[in-house]
Amino acid sequence: MVLENLPLLTIGDTGWGDELLAGCLVTLELAFCALAIGLVLGLLLAGAKLSKYAVLRGFGEVYTAFIRATPEFLILLLVYFGSERAIQSLLALVGLPISFEMPRFVAAVIGLAAIFCAYAAEVFRGAYLAVPHGQIEAGIACGMSSWRVFHRIRLPQMWRFAIPGLGNLWMVLLKDTSLAAVIAVDDLLRQAKIASESTRAPLTFYLAAGAIYLLLTGVSDAARERLERRAQRGLARAQG
Amino acid sequence: MSTIGRLYLDGKIWLSDSVCTLVSPVSPETFANFCPRFIDGFFVSLELLLLSSLMGIVIALAIALARTSSTVLLSLPAYLYCYVFRGTPLLVQLWVFYYGFGALGEEGLGFLWPLFRDGYTVGLFTLTINTSAYAGEIFRGGIVNVPHGQYEAATAAGMDWWTTMRRIVLPQALRIAWPAYSNEVILLLKGSALVSTITVLDLMGQTRTIFARNYSLDVFLYAIVLYLILSGALTVLLRLIERRMMLPGEAAGAAG
Repeated sequence: MVLENLPLLTIGDTGWGDELLAGCLVTLELAFCALAIGLVLGLLLAGAKLSKYAVLRGFGEVYTAFIRATPEFLILLLVYFGSERAIQSLLALVGLPISFEMPRFVAAVIGLAAIFCAYAAEVFRGAYLAVPHGQIEAGIACGMSSWRVFHRIRLPQMWRFAIPGLGNLWMVLLKDTSLAAVIAVDDLLRQAKIASESTRAPLTFYLAAGAIYLLLTGVSDAARERLERRAQRGLARAQG
Repeated sequence: MSTIGRLYLDGKIWLSDSVCTLVSPVSPETFANFCPRFIDGFFVSLELLLLSSLMGIVIALAIALARTSSTVLLSLPAYLYCYVFRGTPLLVQLWVFYYGFGALGEEGLGFLWPLFRDGYTVGLFTLTINTSAYAGEIFRGGIVNVPHGQYEAATAAGMDWWTTMRRIVLPQALRIAWPAYSNEVILLLKGSALVSTITVLDLMGQTRTIFARNYSLDVFLYAIVLYLILSGALTVLLRLIERRMMLPGEAAGAAG
């Protein structure tokens, strides 16, 4: 059944291989855009959580609790419909009654980044606290300003503690991009859906999509291992 | 239908009725109008979660035992199972089983057809498989972290492999793995929202139907509140189990 449908996966006019690859590209674009935005927001959120102001700390805690308990799917739909509605009412307020349609790709990226940053903030916070306090004291004793202590001593070491956690989050993010197919972003899963609907061979295409996702996460896992080893270079390996 | 099934259904309807009559006068209009639907979806989500996590634990323990086994014939398939189901999105798994295998129809699936025809059973099945792969990995970590002296002591006491596992290793492994497993259950709850894409009317499915009808955004907010209640209750329950599993004198969280 699946085997006799394999020609459908070739690249060209008769096969859907090129469409799947195009979808795969969109999936990667989604993931990388959400990663970039999510990392920046995650750093800011971690800053809020470590801040001395109770208001900022409170915001950080509430936001994390909210993201942790709400399904990713729900957040994505809320961002998609909510941002469209918000911008539309904003336009009406300014006196521009034009109808606005939220680009689906942008909505998906914002939604995924909003989820990613909550978990990334936890990783960053842990990494920040994992840098031994003695080193900070040593920096201050050398006469460094607090900013210099941060970007010379803390930041370079934070990455080492953050990489395993961030690697995990990247894998989660990569898999979560498939949700964008539900709001009709033309990612890998949606291309598989379109192909399966027009060829009536859903099993072939969904299995093919699954295999491509497996390949992406497999490559990511190998890359994470290399990065981790690189981040650990020069450190004593007493504990293995 | 069995008596227990009918009792359960009646109980659900009674609970839904009483909650809605209690809440409706004080809740916003949209929620009051669709209250029975929300509560119904809430129960479907809860059912899916409880059933899949219970079945998932059993499979996960078997997977973890197979993965730590010294026989490649056992450990390799278990490893591949974890690798495949952890490496692909849950949404893709749901669509493979529901739309993919479902399209094979009665002639292709034979006696399995009734299982694949219904979104609810496919959803339950896929969630179980998915969570068992993640939990299997977590329990494996627990088993590996049981001190080796415990095995030796059990062997010295004349226990065979199965007794050692059942009496000595698994209880300790579970205790080590429980905090991580609690996290996985919350992830499973959030993942269960995806079954709404295969026609199941769980909390998310009901929310989407209601939204499609009145296009009012606050529908999502009510769903979020209900999910918060669900995950809050789950967290408390998992914490209680964790405390029960703790040894006397052991500090809270020390096992994690």
